[in-house]
Amino acid sequence: MLLELDLRAIKAIMALVKAKHRYDFENYAMSSIKRRIERIIDLKKIETLDKLLHSLEFDLEFFDYFVREITVNTTEMFRDPAMWVVLNNEVIPNIKIINNLRIWHAGCSTGEEVFSMAILLQEAGLLEKSILYATDLNTNVLASAKKGELTIRNQELNTANYERFKGKGKLADYYTVQDGKMIMNKDLMTNITFKKHDLVLDKSFLKFDLIFCRNVLIYFNMQLQDDVIGKFNDSLFKGGWLILGTKETMAFTKSAKKFNAVSTSERIYQKTAI
Amino acid sequence: MDTNFNVIVIGGSAGSFQVVISILESLPANFQVPIVLCLHRPRHVREGFKEALNTKSKIMVVEPDDKESIKRGNVYLAPANFHLLLELNHTFALSTEEAVNFSRPAIDLTFETAAYAYGKKMLIIMLSGANSDGAKGMLKAYQKGAYTIVQDPTEAQINVMPESAIKLFKPHAVLSSKKISEFINALK
Repeated sequence: MLLELDLRAIKAIMALVKAKHRYDFENYAMSSIKRRIERIIDLKKIETLDKLLHSLEFDLEFFDYFVREITVNTTEMFRDPAMWVVLNNEVIPNIKIINNLRIWHAGCSTGEEVFSMAILLQEAGLLEKSILYATDLNTNVLASAKKGELTIRNQELNTANYERFKGKGKLADYYTVQDGKMIMNKDLMTNITFKKHDLVLDKSFLKFDLIFCRNVLIYFNMQLQDDVIGKFNDSLFKGGWLILGTKETMAFTKSAKKFNAVSTSERIYQKTAI
Repeated sequence: MDTNFNVIVIGGSAGSFQVVISILESLPANFQVPIVLCLHRPRHVREGFKEALNTKSKIMVVEPDDKESIKRGNVYLAPANFHLLLELNHTFALSTEEAVNFSRPAIDLTFETAAYAYGKKMLIIMLSGANSDGAKGMLKAYQKGAYTIVQDPTEAQINVMPESAIKLFKPHAVLSSKKISEFINALK
């Protein structure tokens, strides 16, 4: 490793990024952010902290690369099939009477989970009356999600997940393969709106019936998790649902008492108080 | 040697399950030093592993949630399909970052972050396994002053993992699984 970062160095990097580019990573979880910056230092063979700071300040292309590298964008369609089963069996029956279902995928990355949700809604006959918002702070992943293009590398994994979920059809019914990519069918995409939104800096922008935010909070420290769960609380109708990643918990946050855990193993919560 | 460890971190892969079982079986229910296990496991099988360890362990084995504190008297197991990282404030952080050495959880990540969070107050142990995951992380822990034990490659069911560590540095001890259990049991 070329350069090991101490806490002070990481703080200096984050302060610069915030002041110069309006991206706030100051409350990201330390162990992961440290590792990811050190990875960039190794890959780009950066020898000193000053050199890194200089590139971050003046080299926009490098900064763009930096944001892509430190934000984690790994995702799968129907990741955790057991969660999708509970969602289908226990949440959908409760929300299917709502006329204009509003759903928010916060931190949607390349879109795998929002497309999974569109498939689930289509199979439940609810897609036409639903509006899905998919947001991320990273405009690169958002641009690829907007095109409905997914990496073919995960085709097998996505298919296996869908089969474990026991969907009504075959996953292959929902996409075509072109130029080494999975291209999602147009009718799945019609009611999805993609939008840049930073969970740290931007306010909540609508009220929703259901919010997905899976494996995003793990990259935040406890204080930031608390803030963001507070934003989700503000963005949900009473009785609305919040789904976190299987290892994420709101137990440590101030908003915990406003929610009821509907499935503890799948981290599905319902807002019970205003 | 300072044996006043604040954490014991164990990594292993193929052939390590029986060794982990024998260590856990040997420890009394009131054993205090927290133990963190990062063992390779299938990505999409969430249930079963923790339960299997709990049939033999007198200390409850749990798969920690993100931001959970690392507490004395507990055994923690890295959950399926997540990396398990240790933070400076002695909490866990989970991550879905890309697989490292084809593994998620990757032992290198657990070892490397533990090294940073615990420094020389850590005992770190590498068991049997068929790839080199963990060796680099263990080297980092060694450089930070952690006490390093590698399972004797002549005894390990698959010696690639212990050998990879030994190739990078000279561990403080190379022990049989029985001796590893004795070593841990002698700690307060």
